[in-house]
Amino acid sequence: MSGDHIYSALSEEHGGDARWAFGTGFTDALAGVDTTVPEGVDGDDLALYCQMLGDDALVQAQRLTDWVTDAPELEEEVALANIALDLIGQARLLLARAGQADGSGRDEDAFAYWRGPEEFRNVHLAEAPRGDFARAILTLLVLSSARLAVFSRLSSSKDPVLAAVAAKAVNELAYHREYAVSWALRLGDGTPYSHERMVAAVADVWPLTGELFATHPVEARMAAQGVGVDPAEVGQEVHRVLTEVLTAATLDAPASFPEPVVAGRQGTHTAELAPLLREMQKVAREHPEATW
Amino acid sequence: MVTTTRQEQHERVWRAAAAVTDPELPMLTLADLGILRRVEIGDEGTARVWITPTYSGCPALAEMRADVDRAVRAAGFDQVRVHTELSPPWSTDWITDEGRRKLLENGISPPGAAPKRADGPVPLTLLPTRTVPRCPQCGSGQTEELSRFGATSCKSLHRCQSCLEPFEHVKEI
Repeated sequence: MSGDHIYSALSEEHGGDARWAFGTGFTDALAGVDTTVPEGVDGDDLALYCQMLGDDALVQAQRLTDWVTDAPELEEEVALANIALDLIGQARLLLARAGQADGSGRDEDAFAYWRGPEEFRNVHLAEAPRGDFARAILTLLVLSSARLAVFSRLSSSKDPVLAAVAAKAVNELAYHREYAVSWALRLGDGTPYSHERMVAAVADVWPLTGELFATHPVEARMAAQGVGVDPAEVGQEVHRVLTEVLTAATLDAPASFPEPVVAGRQGTHTAELAPLLREMQKVAREHPEATW
Repeated sequence: MVTTTRQEQHERVWRAAAAVTDPELPMLTLADLGILRRVEIGDEGTARVWITPTYSGCPALAEMRADVDRAVRAAGFDQVRVHTELSPPWSTDWITDEGRRKLLENGISPPGAAPKRADGPVPLTLLPTRTVPRCPQCGSGQTEELSRFGATSCKSLHRCQSCLEPFEHVKEI
């Protein structure tokens, strides 16, 4: 370690055996990917659509990290952190895609750290308070099931970048759902106490499920262009999945989802989102010149 | 300057990039992992390398790109571009036989066949469907899963019921 500054050997410019305390310099999640917007596809719509899918993942991931150092067991903490990491990876790709599609050239950090709550497009269930472990499991079960249904269809999107991101995410979402299923079964069909907590979790989470299947005009237009998926189309499939899991977990599955009403997709949020973002954006906003 | 053919340059770039190791699984090279997709020499002598991420959120990817960049420069190329290729998505089926052998030698259980998924809805399974990995230490088939999520995204944690040793398994994805 030589140089004027004791950290100089850790910086990217140093070459040789440099490590990456200050980043590798390779930050573009989509570097080298052909990012041309396909002909006939509206770039602004595509950007908003990518923000919707990316924000769901980013906000859910930030909420999941509440469990780090606070999960019932170390294994579950590691599991939830790993799931959050997958979702952040999906969000990075989608937000990077958004910045190319609308021609603004904004990078993923610009979207994650420099938008206010009213510019976020995630559904309310992603920002809802974490609650207890039962509620976290049920939230994960619902969100991963809905996202999996959408993303498995997006794998054939007319936008090749979105299709590739989705095809990759499908494998990850499938094991997120598997993890949630295994705990839903264990807790629902466990002790009377764990069962009771799961019953309460269903009662808390279910009212927020309707929005997942509400169609925002951007989603409708993207679906019509063969780029996106109309969430209303996956409702039945997701309901079937949830009913099967809840029934096996000896829990009562509500007969249908609540009425689908667009909310978060148009930037209307609950009071929970602002403090979540404040925490997530704190370092970036206090040190706007920092890179990592 | 020694004149080399395009073919020789191509091989040199491939060898340099292929030998870079994964920071999380240092016994594996990028070639063993199956994440090195292709290399190309541009007309102006630029070495281009395409790698694919394992998991969307794999934090090692940026480090691997920096390592590839450095290795190819060390092989004599001033202009290096390391690109990401997303499609087709990586699966553990891309890990080579050589890679699997090295994992086992290092006490990590290699992945079985990745789950096959047809287009359309991903089927729901209520029971664990994963194959039970063999203990990499004693070879016993009597093992239990401790946690589906290990120290890195790509591994799960298990324990052998014969020799009682805990071990890691690279998850099928």
